[in-house]
Amino acid sequence: MTGISDTPITGAPVADAAKFVPQRRWRYRLDRAFQIATIAATAIAILVLAWLLIDVLWNGLGSLSWTLLTSFPSRKPEEAGILAALAGTGWIMLLVAIFSFPIGVGSGLFLEEFSDDTWFARFVEINISNLAGVPSIIYGLLGLTAFVIVLGDYTGGRSILTGALTLTLLILPIIIVATRESLRAVPNSLRQAGYALGGNRWQVIWNHTLPASFPGILTGVILALSRAIGETAPLITIGALTFVPFLPDGPLSPFTVLPIQVYNWVSRPQKEFHDIAAAGILVLLVVLLLMNSVAVLLRSRFQKDR
Amino acid sequence: MQGISSPTKTDVAISVEQLNVYYGSNLAVRDVYLDVPRHQIAAFIGPSGCGKSTVLRCLNRMNDLIASARVEGNIFFEGQNIYPAGEAAKKFDPVELRRRVGMVFQKPNPFPKSIYENVAWGARINGYKGNMDELVERSLRGAAIWDEVKDKLKQSGLSISGGQQQRLCIARAIAIEPEVILMDEPCSALDPISTLKIEELMSSLKEKFTIVIVTHNMQQASRVSDRTAFFNAEATDAGGKVGYLVEYDDTEVIFGNPKEKYTRDYVSGRFG
Amino acid sequence: MSVEMSSENGSSLWQANYKRAKRLENIIKFLCGICAIISIATTAGIIGTLIFETIEFFKEVPFWRFLTDTRWTPLFQSKQFGIFVLISATLRTSGIAILVAVPLGLLSAIFLSEFASLRVRKVLKPLLEILAGIPSVVFGYFALLTVTPVLQAFFDFIRTPVMIPPWLDFLPFTNYYEPDYFLEIPFPYLQGFNALSAGLVLGISITPLVASLSEDAIYSVPQDLRAGAYALGATQRETILAVVIPAALSGIVASVILAISRAVGETMIVTLAAGQNPHLGLNPFVPVMTMTAYIVQVSLGDTAVGTLPYKTIFAVGMTLFLITLVLNIFSFWFVRRFRERYE
Repeated sequence: MTGISDTPITGAPVADAAKFVPQRRWRYRLDRAFQIATIAATAIAILVLAWLLIDVLWNGLGSLSWTLLTSFPSRKPEEAGILAALAGTGWIMLLVAIFSFPIGVGSGLFLEEFSDDTWFARFVEINISNLAGVPSIIYGLLGLTAFVIVLGDYTGGRSILTGALTLTLLILPIIIVATRESLRAVPNSLRQAGYALGGNRWQVIWNHTLPASFPGILTGVILALSRAIGETAPLITIGALTFVPFLPDGPLSPFTVLPIQVYNWVSRPQKEFHDIAAAGILVLLVVLLLMNSVAVLLRSRFQKDR
Repeated sequence: MQGISSPTKTDVAISVEQLNVYYGSNLAVRDVYLDVPRHQIAAFIGPSGCGKSTVLRCLNRMNDLIASARVEGNIFFEGQNIYPAGEAAKKFDPVELRRRVGMVFQKPNPFPKSIYENVAWGARINGYKGNMDELVERSLRGAAIWDEVKDKLKQSGLSISGGQQQRLCIARAIAIEPEVILMDEPCSALDPISTLKIEELMSSLKEKFTIVIVTHNMQQASRVSDRTAFFNAEATDAGGKVGYLVEYDDTEVIFGNPKEKYTRDYVSGRFG
Repeated sequence: MSVEMSSENGSSLWQANYKRAKRLENIIKFLCGICAIISIATTAGIIGTLIFETIEFFKEVPFWRFLTDTRWTPLFQSKQFGIFVLISATLRTSGIAILVAVPLGLLSAIFLSEFASLRVRKVLKPLLEILAGIPSVVFGYFALLTVTPVLQAFFDFIRTPVMIPPWLDFLPFTNYYEPDYFLEIPFPYLQGFNALSAGLVLGISITPLVASLSEDAIYSVPQDLRAGAYALGATQRETILAVVIPAALSGIVASVILAISRAVGETMIVTLAAGQNPHLGLNPFVPVMTMTAYIVQVSLGDTAVGTLPYKTIFAVGMTLFLITLVLNIFSFWFVRRFRERYE
């Protein structure tokens, strides 16, 4: 790398060559090594991801069959299926969406639009920040005590309803944060215009702020639900079963979900069960991919409109 | 190229020829010719947006850090073209240039390190072989801040006042013994007392260094500089504006008896 | 924000709407307040149940035993309740996870923010988000069924004796099996369930967290700090290491602490891959039972409510909750305390 010092220079006093020995070539070599290290780190993370996905595809694609999708679990891997698990996941997701959407959006509205920075609002904020960092299995313990034991008569004990309530509490902080960010992104000029026309706070929110922030809120809810769909530990703790040879007959019914079914099969020693576990994972990943794609599409449309 | 007079070539530290700077497809500054004489202070003045800082940043190739910036023309530092054409362009190393052409910025930007480390770090990476304590003290004295910080060398560089931080930045710039120091509006973020201190400092600095300073403050330029370049901007057909050099001469001429009308209007306060 | 309307104009139409609208607003505000209270109730519920059941637990098991027993056998005949058995397992898995996630995450963050072009970033950031979105049970599958066999094969390979010429006998780990000399590295045997595989995969799963939080911290370092370094003739690496990273350090450290907290609370990867054998110590090659894995094990069994084993899961849960709480609070405090210094 030629630099200026390589060619003789007339006239001016230069810094004494003995005083400064910049060793540029060595520094550039270190630069290159450092850059390679950062590329390598990123590459390792991405390659492991690729390895995992290829592994799941390789092992699971062969076992992915109509039988798998429509059967109940069985002691024989060739007859086992995820039907009950899919039904359980479907029920849980439906209820979680129904519960978490209003409560999460309502809390977000409260903190962002109604609160006027009182001590109460600050207290709620601190709570939510803390809750976001609590391990999911602790929510399971809460669900066990609150919904299975204390409220067991109303929730049916170890039922879909209990599972849905527990997961709702788990993902509420995510929805609240997403709601607040979407509301904050609405320009204040929009609100001012609403107030100027004589609307009160709720009218401005309902007619102007919420519609403008709705795509962002929806994106956040979908991402929160996609987190819930993969949750295993809290549901195990509240008593979701691992072997469910029946379809749930309502929200008060015992159940299992897809991740727990996968867990059950992975725990078995036989390779055939491992393969159908991989197939189950494929189904789970496809569902997640769909949900995230919808969320990303929504987000980009939202950004375009702005 | 009216209104530009240059000193004799052998006394010139930096020579700018036919400089055009583009940001993306917009021409920001056009047709700059000037010679910066050694051991003198050259000031760039003019209303904002005329490309003074842009030209300054070309002198140590700091514009390389801006992705959309493109420089055409030649700039000679001690006789060597720092914007060579063709093959040599790819191999040009700005790192060495920047050790010899230092820069002080508009907003003081000391590192989140101790005062000692702020001064020593630049010297260290450039392979300083001598006594570091001595160098740090010498540089802080040269920036007229030694007495104020000599008891708190281990404290963070951010713990001192704005004016002191700027002098710390000057100290770290002179620690690596450059030949030229570029100053981009060094006093505009400071209070009047700190400004005065730094202006006094500049007069002593030019004994060892060549200084080029961009300033919004005309009075400062007339107080401090030996030669002054007046930049202005004109509207382009595309609706933007492009900066250009109006007049470059000894300071007494620019402020006392300028040759160009725009110069006369600007220094007499009629615009800008 | 409501406007007072005068009552004289006979505009009773306007007034009726105004009162109704005001009432509606108050109802909605009340309902939203209820929603916000739910989060407080959740926290209260968590703390309440944990404290209640933990107290019940300590009525039966003395606190000093909880801390000093050397085994964890609450379901056996001779019951021991040494929590540090479980903590040592969590320590192993989380420790290995952090050793993986911090270098990978931080270097990736530096790559994305300092070296990568816009096009590369557009591809890589979604990929990292995909990695972040994969459920932990999938990682558990990967750790148990793929990573462990690979590691076992690799360690077997290291252990394979290699024939060496006699003059190399001075090296360590050489053995003489007549008539030849062999180099035989006594690498420990990796069991089918072990903390190492679980820790490695756990580390990969939290790398995106470290990467994205560190990237935010690096991104917020002001550009003129970098300019000051470049103007002194520094290279990009020198600027990053000596100026950018120290300036972003509070955010980076906070991201590491949050990653530790996440690793500690992780359940399915360790349950599937690390095993169910309570083992006190620091050996990562053996099956271990982390705090979270224990809770899962009991939940999967037929433990009746109110029995001692039932109470143990809350005692363990309380320990887990306190550890993550302290880590999270420390991370927030750290950012607040040190952020002023750098900006």
